[in-house]
Amino acid sequence: MSRIDLQKASSKGLKELLGHLLGSGKVSAVFSLRKDPETGSYDLGLITEEAGLETVKPLAPVMIANAGQVLSSFAPSAEPIAVVLKPCELRAFIERAKREQGSLENILTISMTCGGVLTLDRVVSGLDSDKIGDYENHCFAGDIHSETRETCKACEYFVPMNADITVSMVGQKDAGTKCHIYLNTDLAKEMAKGFGPDPVEEDFDNSLVEGLASKRAAEKEKLYGAVMSGKGGLDAVIDTFGKCLGCHGCSRVCPICYCMICDFESRNFDNDMPYFEKELEQKGALRLPPDTMFFHIGRMIHMSFSCVGCGQCSDVCPADIPVASVFKKVGEETAAIFEYVPGRDIEEAIPVMVFKEEEFTEFID
Amino acid sequence: MEKTFVPRITSFLCTWCSYTGADLAGTGRMQYPTAIIPIKVMCSSRVDPVFILKAYLKGSDGVFLGGCHPGDCHYEVGNYHTRRRFAIVKKIFESLGLEAERLRLSWISASEGPKFARVANEFTEKIIEMGENEAKKKIFL
Ligand code: SF4
Ligand code: SF4
Ligand code: FES
Repeated sequence: MSRIDLQKASSKGLKELLGHLLGSGKVSAVFSLRKDPETGSYDLGLITEEAGLETVKPLAPVMIANAGQVLSSFAPSAEPIAVVLKPCELRAFIERAKREQGSLENILTISMTCGGVLTLDRVVSGLDSDKIGDYENHCFAGDIHSETRETCKACEYFVPMNADITVSMVGQKDAGTKCHIYLNTDLAKEMAKGFGPDPVEEDFDNSLVEGLASKRAAEKEKLYGAVMSGKGGLDAVIDTFGKCLGCHGCSRVCPICYCMICDFESRNFDNDMPYFEKELEQKGALRLPPDTMFFHIGRMIHMSFSCVGCGQCSDVCPADIPVASVFKKVGEETAAIFEYVPGRDIEEAIPVMVFKEEEFTEFID
Repeated sequence: MEKTFVPRITSFLCTWCSYTGADLAGTGRMQYPTAIIPIKVMCSSRVDPVFILKAYLKGSDGVFLGGCHPGDCHYEVGNYHTRRRFAIVKKIFESLGLEAERLRLSWISASEGPKFARVANEFTEKIIEMGENEAKKKIFL
């Protein structure tokens, strides 16, 4: 592994690298977070002209949509593109690629050690340079910022697992004035040729991230302890999802829920009049719309083992249900029985697509 | 007089093994509880795992899945998939603190009439011990 060190702020350094890639024609487009100069709002942009890079904010602590989900719309790409993704967005993209919703072909993946993203509420109420500065101070010191998403605070996979290029942010005390870019793969080395000073041969310095890793582990324990009022059970599950409006926003923004027509929005599980009559006969009252719990637990059955804990679902929920906390916790447990880590390796099959002849005998009676 | 609790156990049985096993139990005049409500499916893998959830949320006191022994599935690998899906549902129930013991998967071949009767009795007893599925009374579901 090798590293390029630049004498400028991380975001500026990365922007220059993107400029080099685009300017030299090594890539024909850059996919990155942007801040629109006119509206001041964040979005994701696919940029083909060097001038367009003026607006990119590749390292901003913002997730408008899970970029791994958005990237699907134009990957596989006919020409090489450079994409900047948060570690969980990259994992989500790999999960999607396994479901044939994209491919890593022609893609140079750039990621960063990630201090988490600010909640959407915080982002839409406006981020000035003071707020970004405050966030960066925490990130560069290896601390958790209080306004990041709950699942970010508890995320242990903040070092990208398989990015071609990693920008060091977490615990990187000088990241405000220096930029450290790790070239993890041959492709990265090839692409970075002719850019900046000569790379030094250096492995990623794990001591930078250890501090945050242990803080996050403690946060995770706290978060999981509080899920389902800390006790679980039917009443606790009803309590948790009782506020659900049934908008299905959580599944719409989930990078793993890729189905064009969701099973739970199809006619497959529609209830007819005789059903309502029977329910009323039994219970004397009925909550409408029905099947809220069926939707949530059903979604867990469909995708929990692939949940990357990005937090999008919680962030969009109009009823403030901590959807992501529940899915992250449950997903970790369903993934664990298959020793599966979502997005770890594109060659690792989705658990429900494969089987071994001898396994899970403990589930059979 | 108190009504005795007769549970309802939604039972998905694959036509090639477990359903035939149940038939054999019947023709052999082996007793098994009326709690078992059989639904014939072509293969245990026809049981979409959300069916299990649906049955539970609609108030089934137990949900039973019967399939061919590993290696014997009429469609060769169906039951291997069933096993993984079932493991996922079980794990989710455990993780949410729902009563995972109300769900059961057993392999029962076409010649195992006695096994079918035994499993049906065993599971029914267990469910009677556990009592009614609370979900039955929840308006929210
Ligand atoms: S986003 Fe919130 S309100 Fe909408 S379906 Fe999901 S949990 Fe329910
Ligand atoms: S369930 Fe929520 S946290 Fe998990 S991947 Fe989907 S949007 Fe992200
Ligand atoms: S046919 Fe019996 S499990 Fe597949």
